[in-house]
Amino acid sequence: MTDLGVPEPVPESLPYWEGARMGELRMQRCNRCERYFFYPRLTCAFCHSGDVEWRRLSGRAKLLSYVINRRPVVPAGAHAAQVIAVVQVAEGPRMLTNIVGTGATPEELVLDSELIVEFEDRGDYHLPVFRLAESAA
Amino acid sequence: MRPGQIAVVGAAETSRLGVLPELSTLELHAEASLAAIADAGLTPADIDGITSARPIPTAVADRLGIKARWLDGTAVGGGSFMLHVRHAAAAIAAGHASAVLISHGESGRSRVGMDMLYDEAANSARGQFEMPYGALPAYAAFTPPVLRFLHDRGMSRTDLAEVVVAQRRWAAPNPRAARRDETTVDEVLGGKEVAYPFTRDMCCVVTDGGGAVVLTSAERAADLRTADRPVYLLGAGEANGTSMVSQMDDLGSFAGFRTSAQEAFHTAGIQHSDVDHLMGYDAFAHLPLYMLEDLGFVGRGESGAFIAEGHTSPGGRLPMNTNGGGLNYTHTGMYGMFAILEAVRQLRREACQQVPGVTISFVQGIGGFFRSAGSLVLSNRQP
Repeated sequence: MTDLGVPEPVPESLPYWEGARMGELRMQRCNRCERYFFYPRLTCAFCHSGDVEWRRLSGRAKLLSYVINRRPVVPAGAHAAQVIAVVQVAEGPRMLTNIVGTGATPEELVLDSELIVEFEDRGDYHLPVFRLAESAA
Repeated sequence: MRPGQIAVVGAAETSRLGVLPELSTLELHAEASLAAIADAGLTPADIDGITSARPIPTAVADRLGIKARWLDGTAVGGGSFMLHVRHAAAAIAAGHASAVLISHGESGRSRVGMDMLYDEAANSARGQFEMPYGALPAYAAFTPPVLRFLHDRGMSRTDLAEVVVAQRRWAAPNPRAARRDETTVDEVLGGKEVAYPFTRDMCCVVTDGGGAVVLTSAERAADLRTADRPVYLLGAGEANGTSMVSQMDDLGSFAGFRTSAQEAFHTAGIQHSDVDHLMGYDAFAHLPLYMLEDLGFVGRGESGAFIAEGHTSPGGRLPMNTNGGGLNYTHTGMYGMFAILEAVRQLRREACQQVPGVTISFVQGIGGFFRSAGSLVLSNRQP
């Protein structure tokens, strides 16, 4: 039994979490239909080919939608408002993430803003999160 | 299965809804189920088919002493019961069972005797790729697509608030509803923020309770205690959705709603204009907006205005969520059963806020966070 909200990798997702630990956002790409897909699996999400490979992504993404969670329960001990967002990475797939480095206000979080990935050290694992590209160092 | 071949002959909720820490999940099941079976004029010995989503149907059957020859444990979220009704109807039509109990009980508030959910596991897709970001509780996991829906339609949080205002009008006179004070858009928007753009009243109540229905053939229904108040199943549909909200085909539309509702309309042989009453599973205020558009009752971007103009309120042309909905009436975690039960009460002319002249009710369920959908068309007239 792990702590609430701590991800437990399975064999097909290990490269994702290993990449995160190394500061790389990785997803799989199908060599037959040449599309990226998410979440991790052994065959292509679109054409079911087994000829898929892990690639390092550019780390760029676009903000599609979000909520500003005022009652966080994960990670344990969290209390500050948490931006939970759906983003689309430049390579195509969408993923859920947190937007960090902003005041967590609707004024700062404009839909379709450009984002850049960074990694949050959660001790046992590293988690890909995003910040607004214009605020990136 | 033909339209009107299967009937709901027993229906009941637990005598109380709300905060009931003295009743475990299994006892909530039992109270509601025994009441529904008695409502039909039957005993547990007459029940030969059973469904339950949580816990599994064997646990409920064992508690009630039911010896089933047909079981269904479909558990695809809070709308599982719409699927159960569809499956049970097919089973009865096929001769696999004669009288099926569809049971729900949940200690959603007090959390007494609750089991674990598979899809909350740390190694599930959600456990790895959603929950670490805080998308664990429903208010943080069901809601992320909504700003996109509103933005792309030129709509706003005001449209979410209008849903609450309209449904509170139905709840206000209902002594069984949890939230009964009539409210305004400003009051809803000014409430405590839970997860922007959602304020407190845009999120469902969290309660303990149970509900159950009994299904049999229309032929047998004519000989039972409720023969003077028949409720027939005209059509039904179901669909799967996505295991994570981020993977929806379109953040502003749920394909599951479209698929299940089209199947229900088609199998019932009815048009939208035939629907007198709509129950739409509303765990949060965005769901009625998605539903009205995806089910085809209004066009894209018209859902907010339709509600604000009063068309779903008392006296409106499409009365919706007439018990007040999950937002106001009750929400145990798996609200779908209560949406079905309000439709049954309306069609029996037993509702607290009775819609005059209702003959066809459309019931739309959703399970998980856009994970599944189920639709039912119920009527008090056999076609």
